[in-house]
Amino acid sequence: MSTRLAKGGRLIDRSTAQGFTFNGRHMKGFAGDTLAAALLANDQMLVGRSFKYHRPRGVVASGPEEPNALVNLGTAARLEPNQRATVTELFDGLEAASQNHWPSLDFDVGVLNNYAARMLPAGFYYKTFIHPRPFWKHMFEPVIRQSAGLGRAPKDRDADRYEQAYAHCDVLVIGGGIAGLQAALVAGRAGRRLWLIEQASHWGGRAPVDGLSINGQPADAWVAATVAELSSLPNVTLRLRCTGAGVYDHGYVLADERVADHTPGDGRPKHRLWRLRAGRIVTATGAIERPLSFAGNDIPGVMLAGAVRDFVVNFAVSPGDRTVVVTNNDDAYRTAIALKQAGLDVPVIVDARARADGVLPQAARAMGIRVETGRAIAKVKGGKRVTGVALCLQAGEGAVQEEVACDAVAMSGGWSPVVHLWSHCGGKLTWDDAQVCFRPDPAQPPITHDGSAMVIAAGAANGVLDEAGLLADATAAGAAAAGIAAPEAPGVDNPTAPATEPVWIMPQGAPVALRSKMWLDYQNDVKVSDVQLAAREGYESVEHTKRYTTLGMATDQGKLSNINGLAVLSQALNEAIPQVGTTTFRPPYTPVTLGALAGEARGEIFQPLRRTPIHGWHEDQGAYFEPVGLWRRPYCFPRAGESHEKAVHREILNVRQNVGLLDASTLGKIIVRGPDAGRFLDMLYTGVMSSLPVGKCRYGLMCNENGFLIDDGVVARIDDQTFLCHTTTGGADRIHAHMEDWLQCEWWDWQVFTANVTEQYAQVAVVGPKARALLEKLGGMDVSKEALPFMTFADGTLGGFPVRAYRISFSGELSYEIAVPASHGLAFWQACLAAGADLGLMPYGTEALHVLRAEKGFIMIGDETDGTVIPQDLGLGWAISKKKADYLGKRGQERSFLTDPDRWRLVGLETLDGSVIPDGAYAVDAGVNPNGQRNVQGRVTSTYFSPTLGRGIAMGLIRRGPERMGETVEFPKVGGGSVMARIVDPVFHDKDGEKQNV
Amino acid sequence: MLTLECPYCGVWAEETELTPGYEAHLKRSGPGSPDDAFESYMFARKNPKGAHFERWRHAYGCGKWFLAARCTATLEVFGTYPAQVSGPTPGIIAKIRARRPDWEPSE
Repeated sequence: MSTRLAKGGRLIDRSTAQGFTFNGRHMKGFAGDTLAAALLANDQMLVGRSFKYHRPRGVVASGPEEPNALVNLGTAARLEPNQRATVTELFDGLEAASQNHWPSLDFDVGVLNNYAARMLPAGFYYKTFIHPRPFWKHMFEPVIRQSAGLGRAPKDRDADRYEQAYAHCDVLVIGGGIAGLQAALVAGRAGRRLWLIEQASHWGGRAPVDGLSINGQPADAWVAATVAELSSLPNVTLRLRCTGAGVYDHGYVLADERVADHTPGDGRPKHRLWRLRAGRIVTATGAIERPLSFAGNDIPGVMLAGAVRDFVVNFAVSPGDRTVVVTNNDDAYRTAIALKQAGLDVPVIVDARARADGVLPQAARAMGIRVETGRAIAKVKGGKRVTGVALCLQAGEGAVQEEVACDAVAMSGGWSPVVHLWSHCGGKLTWDDAQVCFRPDPAQPPITHDGSAMVIAAGAANGVLDEAGLLADATAAGAAAAGIAAPEAPGVDNPTAPATEPVWIMPQGAPVALRSKMWLDYQNDVKVSDVQLAAREGYESVEHTKRYTTLGMATDQGKLSNINGLAVLSQALNEAIPQVGTTTFRPPYTPVTLGALAGEARGEIFQPLRRTPIHGWHEDQGAYFEPVGLWRRPYCFPRAGESHEKAVHREILNVRQNVGLLDASTLGKIIVRGPDAGRFLDMLYTGVMSSLPVGKCRYGLMCNENGFLIDDGVVARIDDQTFLCHTTTGGADRIHAHMEDWLQCEWWDWQVFTANVTEQYAQVAVVGPKARALLEKLGGMDVSKEALPFMTFADGTLGGFPVRAYRISFSGELSYEIAVPASHGLAFWQACLAAGADLGLMPYGTEALHVLRAEKGFIMIGDETDGTVIPQDLGLGWAISKKKADYLGKRGQERSFLTDPDRWRLVGLETLDGSVIPDGAYAVDAGVNPNGQRNVQGRVTSTYFSPTLGRGIAMGLIRRGPERMGETVEFPKVGGGSVMARIVDPVFHDKDGEKQNV
Repeated sequence: MLTLECPYCGVWAEETELTPGYEAHLKRSGPGSPDDAFESYMFARKNPKGAHFERWRHAYGCGKWFLAARCTATLEVFGTYPAQVSGPTPGIIAKIRARRPDWEPSE
């Protein structure tokens, strides 16, 4: 059994006990424990079930690479799925639960899949469940979803907050082991603005565990002294619990700092996502140990040798009384020595290499540990727990020579440098035959804006796996990052070299019965036999094999075994490992919770909200809002007990009969001024604006160079050199940018300024037959038909407010739009309400606005246009100048398909039965297309119930529409049935425009 | 995420401050131009692997459009320059050649 040792544990504080629960069971650990260490100390070796076969799984690693020990952490609003127990710091009251089992961890029905494993090979789902189609949706998928999968997604709103912060530095060192500390010290002493981040909660990495001595002092002491010096430097920032998640263009790095994961509810943000911009990045991210592929290498109790050492030395946790060590390198001997020193038994070290006579093997032998070279594990015995191993020859096919009883196995297949961050932004790798690993190719680094190397790898992450050269390499990296000559480097006094030999399958001639029990990807249940099957079936590219077998696609992204997998693939394909290559390393290095990526942008501050000066009044009235760009506009103003539909109808009829008030402040307003302003607008609009007299308004259309309509609005000429261009609500910023683009980049010698003054003015539309009466009650300027005719404007005062009154109409009624300085907006609105009380004045919202304009056949950008519609399609030829030599879009509109008489063009649609055509409905035509779908001849663009007319009305684009007045077209409805509609003039109400000209 | 130096205000702006404007130095093809010229202006983008001229706007800064010469393969930036030119300037060509001696402007 696994247990807590009586002595030792460099990271734990035995004076501070911490209680926690696992699957409801109460357990005790110590401050400084990780959850994995505390679980092992409580003999909880079984921590989860595998994804596909539901095999029992235990802790295998001690760091972020852990594939098995994923837990649901916390409950309710603090529930987090898929948290790795090996990096979860223990705190008092922690609640954890295992995942992917039913009904319980100890007894899981899904393990039946394990016995059917021969029928569940790679690609099984693809091969089996495709036909019959309905079975997939209704039978296979629900069952598979129930049995596969990881943690449960939280349902409650996250109780925690997250923040994001920016920082800039000259040098960012990622990784706080001895290589990272040394590189940071060199750059820090040189005065560079330096950041050093470390994912764990302590500095020093593996060196103290491995018992290294540096410049005559134990690694722990050297680490403490180095951190102390770095802390004293004013130019240095140190962050623990901060993972370098991704490296991006030009020195941009995302780092996820787990501020309060271990102190939940203390008021601090749970995570802080750092958005760092670094001049140079040093990756001192160390190396990750690989498993060995032998049968039963996933049985709980089989762990990485380095992890076993970590648990013994850091947490005084013994994974078992008798641990067999199996290896292809010298480093694993450290584990045997550490176990022996802790008073535990190591029955045998199984070394696949023919010889083992380095410093560490000699030391192990000297301690009396039995070492067997040239040997392999044929099979691990046990179910939910290792009970023993069967030994065989590595060179053979697995004939058992001997069985050794044990309760843990420490395996080491060599070490892989953590090259993820080097690779994220384009750094290339090279295969190191001598050390059996991929390492960064210094000749092909990721580069930054000036063409220089952006990332410099240091230490083990740079492929320096022997300790003799480690600190010299780190010193060189720190000096290169700081742009100085490398100072003298400290040395490791007791260096070793791992002397790894390639061992990808154990034993090398293992038959399929063994190979189908050799796990590569523990989390996704991918075995040696699956990769070999993929190769046989023709998946030669590593990227294809990955997707077919799901190798390396789990939450650990193949940190343990991707190299093992592609080595197996390369053997199956009979190619060298570098020819097979690696899959792409993509950020993030370890999962970053969505909360951290969202940061503060959630709830009310998800995005900025634009408010008109009258917004507060709308809210007080209980207006029902709709989003329009970043604005919220009142859709309607429902009265007590009134439905939105009824409110809209009431507002429309009141505009037609009395007078309505619309907050039109969101309308875009752009000042265009200068000697060339008229010439400029003549290019921007399809019509002529330079001839517009001062004091007059003109409707204009804007197209892009393709000829498609992008915006419309009324232009007013303020004075000889000044125009005010109204745009759509959503178009103001876009059109202003469009103007600036052409002014700055094409006609830069034209003398024109533009200014977007949308928010400088509140604009109130006063609309309806009694509009003039209302304004006359306010008084101050002449708003009569003679003084202020249709399509003119005048400056003056109304009710004491300074105003610009435009006589324009988007409803067909007598209508004024009154612009006042924004600061007067609310007061003016309220003055109108007071003056209009006995005229039947009501505010109206955007839906009434839409229906009113549709009754008049006025187009709306975004309804009648969709980026493929030209003004000619909409019957707006009258607003296009025939005389102008050029305007934006003119050349585009000359293209043959835009002059095709068969184009869909705008018409009105009147339903025969008075009903409303469904939104987005298509008009069908005779016959079917090659897919067997009905041919179409048009579509509806705006469709409403018109309370004015008491029937459904619509506008639509129909093939040759205006030539087909009186014809009937069919609009099928979702769910069956059709609406028949007659093609009519799009102007339904007041065709002669008499009402707006009074 | 790129950083580009705005040639007007001198700020090293990061991509979130900028809006892209795609290929630079396009020659506008207006009314009366032949179809192939218009097609080339509207649609036929060079998309080279290597040095490329792009339009960027310092939208959340000074608001000015500027041009950048950038390597599409390595993300190197050779330089930025004001937009009020009709073709690559001798200065920017010299900057590209300093790092890509064999580079020739394409047409």
